[in-house]
Amino acid sequence: MKDESTRRQFLGLAGGAAALGAVSLRPAAATPASMTTAIRAVVGEATVRTGKVKLEVPPLVENGNTVPMTVSVSNPMTPADHVVSIHVFNEKNPQPNMGNFYLGPHAGRAQVSTRIRLADSQKIVAIAKLSDGSFWSATTDVVVTLAACTDEVI
Amino acid sequence: MNPARIIVVAALLIAACLARAAEIPPAERRSGSSFMAPDSQAMQSDDTANPGMLWVLDGEKLWNGKAGTAGKACADCHQDARVSMKGVAARYPAFDKALARPVDLEQRINLCRVRHQQATPLAYESRDLLALTALVARASHGVGIETGADPQLAPFIATGRDRYLQRQGQLNLACANCHDDNWDKRLAGAAITQGHPTGYPLYRLEWQSLGSLQRRLRACLSGIRAQPYNYGAPEMVELELYLMWRARGMPIETPAVRP
Amino acid sequence: MASALINVPKKARRGEIIEIKTLMSHVMETGYRHTAEGEVIPRDIITGFSCRYNGVEIFRADLFPAFSANPFITFFTVAQESGKFDFEWTGDKGFNDTASASIIVE
Repeated sequence: MKDESTRRQFLGLAGGAAALGAVSLRPAAATPASMTTAIRAVVGEATVRTGKVKLEVPPLVENGNTVPMTVSVSNPMTPADHVVSIHVFNEKNPQPNMGNFYLGPHAGRAQVSTRIRLADSQKIVAIAKLSDGSFWSATTDVVVTLAACTDEVI
Repeated sequence: MNPARIIVVAALLIAACLARAAEIPPAERRSGSSFMAPDSQAMQSDDTANPGMLWVLDGEKLWNGKAGTAGKACADCHQDARVSMKGVAARYPAFDKALARPVDLEQRINLCRVRHQQATPLAYESRDLLALTALVARASHGVGIETGADPQLAPFIATGRDRYLQRQGQLNLACANCHDDNWDKRLAGAAITQGHPTGYPLYRLEWQSLGSLQRRLRACLSGIRAQPYNYGAPEMVELELYLMWRARGMPIETPAVRP
Repeated sequence: MASALINVPKKARRGEIIEIKTLMSHVMETGYRHTAEGEVIPRDIITGFSCRYNGVEIFRADLFPAFSANPFITFFTVAQESGKFDFEWTGDKGFNDTASASIIVE
């Protein structure tokens, strides 16, 4: 019947338009899967053990734009046994990598502080590579709240 | 006196008392930094970790650089800003005789540029104006605010106070509703402070940049869905004046860090 | 334009572990923000940071858009001899900036 077909056409068009309109401008987010891939790119096939690494982030963050973070590894820093590098990853920012830090025996202490951006409440993972080729990690959960009042462009 | 008039008078008296009672007692006044998490406080107190200090460094360069057709630097008249500008920010906004009205620190810097350096005024929120304002205000770090002591400012403080108490915007809120009556409660996860402008210009984590009090006030007004006053508008300066007068006695902490 | 704030102890004992703090002025535009018209604001970040102690590299970092604006990086090193720390930041759009600080080690 004429009515039904036009209605069906209309619904078809509307559905298509809605699907088109639903395409979000927000970038694709990292997912736990892409974080795993990024971690694999650093550690290869080696096992990552939990321990030695301490990841300090405030549990409740005042503003996701600037989150103080300190990563430290309890390990000697001698030429024979030291931390080679520290890599930090996340789950929900647009990219899984956050930063890589390269140390050496003369660092004295394997500890780095910086300020990072967190798009949402999520897990952060820090992985340390030691001079003997072993990998150690720590994971922490961060809760990110947003600023209360919307700010407009200057 | 008839009963209706008694009731009206009583209601007015009560309203007046309530308006007075809402003001924060001087002993209970707290800086915005006391509402922040320890990490944010640490960011402010360490000069080499405080991003606002980058603008103070910029300001030193600008202070010493020649400007305008007069080819003069701020330093030519004012020498070392850390010495000559000490206490200045603590008494701004101040009365300008030629304009016969109060001007804030940004306007004073631009007036100096125009009148004494024959240079063009710097745009509001431009990096250069923020840097110079940060340098001048930093010189008053630790100094108690004494804005408003000049009796010529009294009518302007009163106008600013009226604006602070007046409900406006689609949300029909007055500044006082949050910052006098509900401070220390939370608004969507963020602490409501008492709204004292002790650390301006400051580095706001939300902005990822240094910004002025006027920028913050515009954001507040947008937040209550009111039309924000223009940069440099008399209403804006009067509100700044009232807020600084309200904070008198509290020490300057420029450049502050705020979420 | 002021570029960097560096905090290195002026003096240290030989063998002492010292903390170095650096703060560099940079917008660190992530490349994930949009204008009101919906256009992407292009990425503009510092991608690398390194520190040399008397010419020898003692610390290096790769930075991603997840770093906040005005990147703040602190790390440690063992004070070995008097001399100079040289810091270098490189990034998008050919960004390159340097700073240095001296130390007396006794």
